[in-house]
Amino acid sequence: MIWFARLFAIAAKEVRQLSRDRITVGLIVGIPTIQLLLFGYAINFDVRGVSTAVLDQARTSLSRRLVGDLGATQVLGEIRQAGSERELRRLIQRGDANVGIVIAPDVERRIAEGDRAAMQILVDGSRPALENVAQGLTGIPLLRRAGMPAPHRPVEIIVAYNPAKRTAVQIVPALCGVILTMTMVIFTASAIVRERERGNLELLITTPVSVVQLMTGKLLPYVAIGLIQTTLILVLGYWLFDVPVTGSLVDLYLGALLFIAASLSLGLLISTVARTQFQAMQMAIVTMLPSILMSGFMFPFEGMPKAAQWIAQVLPLTHFNEIIRGIVLRGATLWDMRPELAKLAVFLAVTLTLSIKRFHKRLD
Amino acid sequence: MTPAISARGLARHFGKVIAVDGIDLDVPRAQIYGFLGPNGSGKSTTIRMLCGLLVPTRGTVDVLGYAVPRDAEILRRKLGYMTQRFSLWEDLTVEENLEFMGRVYGIDRALRRERIRDRVANYDLAAIASQRAGTLSGGERQRLALAAATLHNPELLLLDEPTSAVDPQSRRDFWENLFALVARGTTILVSTHYMDEAERCHRLAILDLGRVAAEGEPKVLVRDIDAAVIEIECGDLVAARRALGSVPAIRSIAQLGNRLRVLMPRDARDPERELRAALAPHCPEARVERVAASLEDVFVAATRLRRESATRERAA
Repeated sequence: MIWFARLFAIAAKEVRQLSRDRITVGLIVGIPTIQLLLFGYAINFDVRGVSTAVLDQARTSLSRRLVGDLGATQVLGEIRQAGSERELRRLIQRGDANVGIVIAPDVERRIAEGDRAAMQILVDGSRPALENVAQGLTGIPLLRRAGMPAPHRPVEIIVAYNPAKRTAVQIVPALCGVILTMTMVIFTASAIVRERERGNLELLITTPVSVVQLMTGKLLPYVAIGLIQTTLILVLGYWLFDVPVTGSLVDLYLGALLFIAASLSLGLLISTVARTQFQAMQMAIVTMLPSILMSGFMFPFEGMPKAAQWIAQVLPLTHFNEIIRGIVLRGATLWDMRPELAKLAVFLAVTLTLSIKRFHKRLD
Repeated sequence: MTPAISARGLARHFGKVIAVDGIDLDVPRAQIYGFLGPNGSGKSTTIRMLCGLLVPTRGTVDVLGYAVPRDAEILRRKLGYMTQRFSLWEDLTVEENLEFMGRVYGIDRALRRERIRDRVANYDLAAIASQRAGTLSGGERQRLALAAATLHNPELLLLDEPTSAVDPQSRRDFWENLFALVARGTTILVSTHYMDEAERCHRLAILDLGRVAAEGEPKVLVRDIDAAVIEIECGDLVAARRALGSVPAIRSIAQLGNRLRVLMPRDARDPERELRAALAPHCPEARVERVAASLEDVFVAATRLRRESATRERAA
């Protein structure tokens, strides 16, 4: 009884202090809201309305229909006709067009024989994401609808789970993990280092409070804050970006709980190393940047070099991204996600053990 | 009765720095025991070793019958500690701080309320009970810290320079509170660099360079001082000081208003005459007179002596 009374005394004190720190209270709600709005609206991997120049060397009804079909996809915007290859290149060079399409003079024969490219797509390589657009264009089944036999390489891209290819659907769940990483690690690291800086810890460790009581008591309020932030992100994601939760909410919260615990114990570990809040903040950022860049939140994990993939395996966010995308978008269950859950649990166990070992009730 | 604290050969190094260099200590129960020493003399380090916050490099510590640091965790229930710096929570009110400390010490609800009421009344905290600790004055903070450190009725109270940020009246009140605690059987160990505070202690250890330079009751220390204290009064103190430069036996000179206070070796045969002779050519009207030693003289004599012998050792 006294054991838990001490733990709750610490937790209650932490909540009281937090509630008096208006800026921090603001940040609890403000960070997720601002990040969600910022990333949700600004990060957009969808490409629409790409200005295009077409050099139609065939000038047949088929080639005109091809151009019409290309224009019908929203990917291409304004389509300019170029009179010659030189003009086409000039248009791209000046930036008037970002994509150039060249239709060969003998397009009908090429399609029929199917061994040479009927259409060339020139891409302005200086602009990101456009190569993907070109890839996408080859998948448009326009050639079949032209009443001709199917070409030998009918590239067809089927996008599952996010048929509209909306970035927000991918971003919002992953953003949940990013925001939790940011707030949880920084909050805990600085909460403990602050007490050390202000001398409170020297007093606390001369009382009968145990290391486990002290740490659990200090972390509990932040677990609650993490769950509040998760809820906020999901609700905002649903309202603003129509991101539904396909899987079970209970599974989602359980997964989030494990991730929150892992992030908190990382913050705890930082707090046992850092002597000042400034140091704690910098260490938190050092762990945060790789989390954001390497966890598959921004860039596909598969494209990274082997070493980077190994590092990413250590980051809890990598696994949480998998879990939350699975549950929110693909309707997976926790059982489906057990390898990721196990990795998170290992991370939690290791960091927690290290923290408790490093944190002793002494000053030396 | 066994002493509240006994330490043997206690030492603590921080890398190459020797903060505490072999201290023997016996602190009797239900008394106020003082650590008097300049900054860096090892007072805080010793106190931290006594309550298990630092592990000694060498030596043994026994506090209230417990071996420290081995049994530090059990000892903590019987120990009150006031850190040098105010270490309660500035964003909590006086009452909330006491409530929190009471809960941390595992005092049950009813008893906690009673104790808090008692401390608020005794330590004059009623008017500021709902004020945040961060807004309190030095004296108020110190009363709060003492109230918090005594909530669990500790047998031993360790106070690390408790009055360094406090006005004289608050210091007087604070010491009244300490004596009230001692009357109820509490043992108090207090470190200070104020002579007037040191004088109030039942016993005293003068610390210097990590060692005990002198130890005993203040009165006895003053009586048995290892020096002759002589006061010189004259018109031109600058000239007098220069003249005294020719007396190698002088251990220290300090100016107090228009007098010079000179420490000579205790075994000097007639120190007044020696000084008068030295002063005669420059300030013949000087009055030279042997006076009773003060605690400050004891402090200066004890620390000077040690430093000189340390220098001699190094030279040899």
